[in-house]
Amino acid sequence: MPIPPASAAAEEASAPGAGPPVEGAVAERAVVVQARGLSRRFGRRWALARLDLTVHAGERLLVVGANGSGKSTLLTLLSTLLAPTEGQLSLFGLDPVRDRARVRARIGMVRHAHGLYEDLSARDNLVVRARLLGRPVDVAGLLATVGLDDRVEPLRSYSAGMRKRLQLACVRLEMPDLVLLDEPFSALDPAGCADVAALVGELPGTVLIASHQVDRAAAICTRAILLDGGQLRWSGPADQAWRAWKAVQAQGAAR
Amino acid sequence: MTRVFAMTLTILRKDLLVEWRARAQAVALLGFAAVVLLLFSFAVGPDSTMLAKHAGGYLWLALLLASTLLLGRSLQTEVETDALEALLLAPVPPAALFYGKALANAGLLVMVALVAVPVDLAITGAGIVENPVLLALIVVLGAAGIAAPGTFYAALTARIDGRQLLLPLLLFPLVVPALLASVKATSLVMTGDPMEQLPGWIALLVCFDAIYWSLCGLLFEKVVDG
Repeated sequence: MPIPPASAAAEEASAPGAGPPVEGAVAERAVVVQARGLSRRFGRRWALARLDLTVHAGERLLVVGANGSGKSTLLTLLSTLLAPTEGQLSLFGLDPVRDRARVRARIGMVRHAHGLYEDLSARDNLVVRARLLGRPVDVAGLLATVGLDDRVEPLRSYSAGMRKRLQLACVRLEMPDLVLLDEPFSALDPAGCADVAALVGELPGTVLIASHQVDRAAAICTRAILLDGGQLRWSGPADQAWRAWKAVQAQGAAR
Repeated sequence: MTRVFAMTLTILRKDLLVEWRARAQAVALLGFAAVVLLLFSFAVGPDSTMLAKHAGGYLWLALLLASTLLLGRSLQTEVETDALEALLLAPVPPAALFYGKALANAGLLVMVALVAVPVDLAITGAGIVENPVLLALIVVLGAAGIAAPGTFYAALTARIDGRQLLLPLLLFPLVVPALLASVKATSLVMTGDPMEQLPGWIALLVCFDAIYWSLCGLLFEKVVDG
């Protein structure tokens, strides 16, 4: 199965009604993510096709798109948990295959599933992560930051919002240079979304957020890209992402 | 190497902590092993000579059956919640992940044996073991012989539908040599060793353990992070 044509796969591609890309404002900063022709195939289907993407240090990039558009695949590729089928990827100027351990030490990720232990308390989960880092961590302070300092019961009794806050506490504990957040607002009520948005807004470093909650995520991002059928369809300011997405959907409906 | 060792200990502590917090399941595992031993005694009937003669075999079959429940659970919880990916991103070296988890599984299997051995001796009427230290050594070596390939195959099948069936299908043929050595050595400790065959069986068990632990440790990365 050949890769779909690259006509719409340039990073600078823009949809009708969308503003210009904002590359220039961050061009002088260090490049954290450099992808050229990044592609990933599952069976016969290309989940991501010929993606060109550059993300600079300190950027907050929103990744939007419908279900199956390639958002999670992109984030998993950037996490190094998945290898690209084709194309080149460089993270922090390093090869994610050859320097896997060094790259991973600088990445933090929040995935759909929480990646925590259901039988352990919030504190136990953070202690385990801290031990893996091998350096002293103020676990009590972190728990207080995310409002979980008074919870001693196992994780299985926590709400979705509490689990998400604990995931973000794990990311803060690791102090990564690149944070990948896959649907950080999923299954949360409005109050939970606001809590998580505030915590995400405080994260240092470079942050990539894949989310369907465009308005919520756009408020904490500087730039956005739109994926459609595994291809990059638009790149521009985050506050115009929703308009661009609607325009792309309208184009699709017209076809 | 120091980092791998430190990470191995961290994973080991983490797995034991998770088991301790979910100890109801561990208790159920002990009960399962005891029930299997009881079923063997019912199946064989009241022939006390036959029961005592095969006490070692019943013990290791009960431990092997219990191990499939233990091993399947040890990776399944991590795969279901993506905790395995979180560990790899930490980044925990796959070798440390394997050795930490395999050591924890071997330790838990020894714990099951602590309950299963007295039950086995009581049910089969094998009597008092004259050299409990030697029996403990065989139990540890045998548990290690099941835990290493078991952890490897548990990781291999953790994401597959029907893993509860696949794990024993893959594991049982592979552990036959270690199982055979464990059964023979245990029987010799329980019933006496006039021909002095015990050192040979223990040496064989050590050899199989060395092969399992080194090969599975080397290949584990391909399974969890390929």
